[in-house]
Amino acid sequence: MGEKRLMVDVDNVTIRFNLASQKIDNLKEYVIKLVKGQLMFQEFLAVKDVSLKVHAGEAWGLIGTNGSGKSTLLKAISGILKPYKGSITVNGSVAPLIELGAGFDPEMTARENIFLNGCVLGHTQQFMKEHFDEIVDFAEIHNFIDSPLKNFSSGMRARLGFSIATMVKPDVLIVDEILAVGDIKFRQKCMERMDQMLANGTTLLYVSHSINEVKRLCDHAIWIDKGNMVMQGEVNQVCDAYTEAMKK
Amino acid sequence: MNKTSNKFAQYWKEFWKYKDLLKLLVVKNIKLKYRRSFLGYLWSVLNPLFIMIVMAIVFSTMFQREIENFALYLFCGQLLFNFMNNSTHQAIASITGSGALLKKTYVPKYIFTLARITSGLVDLCFSFGALVIVMIATQARVSWHALLFPLVIVQLYVFCVGLGLFLAQANVFFKDIQYIYNAVTTAWMYLTPIFYDLDFLSKAPTLVWCIKHFNPMYYYIGQFRDLVWANRLPGPMIVIAGCCAALIMLVIGVWTFMRSKDKFILYI
Repeated sequence: MGEKRLMVDVDNVTIRFNLASQKIDNLKEYVIKLVKGQLMFQEFLAVKDVSLKVHAGEAWGLIGTNGSGKSTLLKAISGILKPYKGSITVNGSVAPLIELGAGFDPEMTARENIFLNGCVLGHTQQFMKEHFDEIVDFAEIHNFIDSPLKNFSSGMRARLGFSIATMVKPDVLIVDEILAVGDIKFRQKCMERMDQMLANGTTLLYVSHSINEVKRLCDHAIWIDKGNMVMQGEVNQVCDAYTEAMKK
Repeated sequence: MNKTSNKFAQYWKEFWKYKDLLKLLVVKNIKLKYRRSFLGYLWSVLNPLFIMIVMAIVFSTMFQREIENFALYLFCGQLLFNFMNNSTHQAIASITGSGALLKKTYVPKYIFTLARITSGLVDLCFSFGALVIVMIATQARVSWHALLFPLVIVQLYVFCVGLGLFLAQANVFFKDIQYIYNAVTTAWMYLTPIFYDLDFLSKAPTLVWCIKHFNPMYYYIGQFRDLVWANRLPGPMIVIAGCCAALIMLVIGVWTFMRSKDKFILYI
């Protein structure tokens, strides 16, 4: 039984978007189009028939050009999107970092937002109280804790978002190109924390356009192009093939 | 059968996990409403009181002789209708307004709608302070019946949750629902005996019949008035009608919401 536990099982997943030429969002147009028989649902498959099995403790990098469906796949794994075909099974808790500080309310203070955002991620208020100091320490916002978030810089917001999301030890951490903001020092701090989480057995799914970061953090990679899986396997092989293809 | 109860248990578990989020959202809605205002939460009491005073002055010249303690009569109807009106109007935009968040994390979507209705309920509780002031000022007779008022509020709350869920999901697909609903609630207000008594409409028996049979707000305001204004127990028919209307609305709301919730993300 040397087989490691299967954490994320993406089984032949297809994800569909509605790309209707004009978005019909009011009743009048709906009725007119219905009568004229023009009500169409122009579908667009963002991810086509992709399978991926991620085992405990592995770190996967998702690479591919812009708009190739990487983020869509991550959203489906986080449960935000439902797959059109196929199934996704996740065993364990997921911390999605699709965008840092999604759900922050600009009118509320940092203190209130920490609790609100923690609860959005599914924690209890009690749990957030216990980890409050830890979050503030990591984000380094001691002096601003009671000012409204609208006065924060985007870097400060990102710091706060990252420290809330990674304060727990999730089984699966999903990171989608969020570290682009923030200074070098903070990026290093984030990298260190992710390294630390990986060492503790967290499974990582990581999207980045920086091949070097992917190579450094991940041990496996999957290359997606226009919704199709091109290649998956050991990180260096996939990354090299991808870089090769990009040069052409 | 086992499968359905399993599914129900799953939903309950999920709701329990996010109960603190619901609490924080309600607190947030209330806090933000009065942040930076000098009198703060006191406005929740003052606001309905001022509106009531204006309405009482306007309408008392018209109906005073027919209705005993008109101020209290008016206020009972006004409070409940305002709760329904405000909370459902807030609920309409609850899903579309949280779009940015729903696109980026998984949260059970009904939490946002529920939080809006519940904030309205908290506001209503503040307004009961104003109700007490009116009762003291008009030296109203009070009996133990008035203590039963939470039973009416529960029915009304369930009704509003159902209506809110239905409107919130419809508004994701058709943005003009909120404008249509504006017109609907205005008509609804005039068709609910808030500042008049149904007896005044004796010249239009069909209208009275329709209000009695198809206007759920009539059931709740009627029950509430029986308890607080007339000091008596409401009749069994109006209680049964109120409970049924609440449950039917809840089933409609939950069913339509569940059916379309996975499609929200494609439209917001």
